[in-house]
Amino acid sequence: MTHLLGLLAQVEGDIGAIGKGLVYGLAAIGPGIGIGFLVGKSVEAMARQPEAAGMVRTTMFLGIAFVEALALFGFVLSFIV
Amino acid sequence: MLATIVAALTRPPEGFHAPGTEIFDYTETCLIGSGDLCVTRITFWMLISAVIISVLFVAAFRRPQIVPRGLQNAMESLVDFIRNGIVMEVMGREGLPFLPFLTSLFVFIWVNNLYGIIPGINFPTTARMAIPLFLAVLVWFTFNIVGIAKQGGLHYLKNTLFPPGVPKPIYVLYTPIEFVSVFILRPLTLSVRLTANMMAGHLMLTIFFVATWYLQWKLVSIPVAALSFTLGTLITAFEVLVGVLQAYIFTILTAVYIAGAIHPEH
Repeated sequence: MTHLLGLLAQVEGDIGAIGKGLVYGLAAIGPGIGIGFLVGKSVEAMARQPEAAGMVRTTMFLGIAFVEALALFGFVLSFIV
Repeated sequence: MLATIVAALTRPPEGFHAPGTEIFDYTETCLIGSGDLCVTRITFWMLISAVIISVLFVAAFRRPQIVPRGLQNAMESLVDFIRNGIVMEVMGREGLPFLPFLTSLFVFIWVNNLYGIIPGINFPTTARMAIPLFLAVLVWFTFNIVGIAKQGGLHYLKNTLFPPGVPKPIYVLYTPIEFVSVFILRPLTLSVRLTANMMAGHLMLTIFFVATWYLQWKLVSIPVAALSFTLGTLITAFEVLVGVLQAYIFTILTAVYIAGAIHPEH
């Protein structure tokens, strides 16, 4: 641990770049899992009830739009940080 | 002029400069005017998109035939998609007065997104925050005015912020959250979603093609350049999909917001 801290203390230069990467990377975890669940369940629903596919697809895109917004906030913030 | 450009393009680069946010900045190069009242390349292409859309629609529907052919057929299937896929699906019959608004919104965003992959333009105008933000503010005014007109001012606020059927103590939590999400976050997410998507696409395309150009000067790095070029080409194809999808999502969210303003949640 102390070794790691010593290494970190030696890091110089553009540390902001690491922060930018971290902001977007961390922001992408949650929405990634979320969209995975969302699309998986939607495909399941469409396979079980193909006649409701249109409705499920519309709702799926809506859900994706809401979940994806979080990741995109991270993307935009990475330019501001 | 041409000779210097050719010389700059044919000389091996000195150092690699990774493209950043500065590739979105055209404020220094005014085509017409100067200062704050300045028509940049982005504004110019955005205005041209309005001309393109008008010409397409007028040419398609000036003399409508009963049996549509060619352009009229294509434009009719586009309008049909928005009518059946968005308006009827989300809003029902009383959403039909909003069909022209939603169609214009969809086509405008679509054309402006497609600019990102058209050679010679190569810049999605929606990647600048101003254009999506203006559209989002337009949508914000639209759904609020529709809500006030259909439900009455106080009723609209009451139905949005204090919906019936919620236990009284919950309002302490519910009302602030709902206020922020409906009146502040809706236009913000709407515009940020579109901007960030197009920005990310444009950045990826730039990085891959700049890398291709930079890496093709040395024999060792030519395979990497080839890989980079392939990826860039694939992302170009992906951008076609993203452009349509973002226009669709923007339009369908607008439809959802307007539908929520017409009908209070029960």
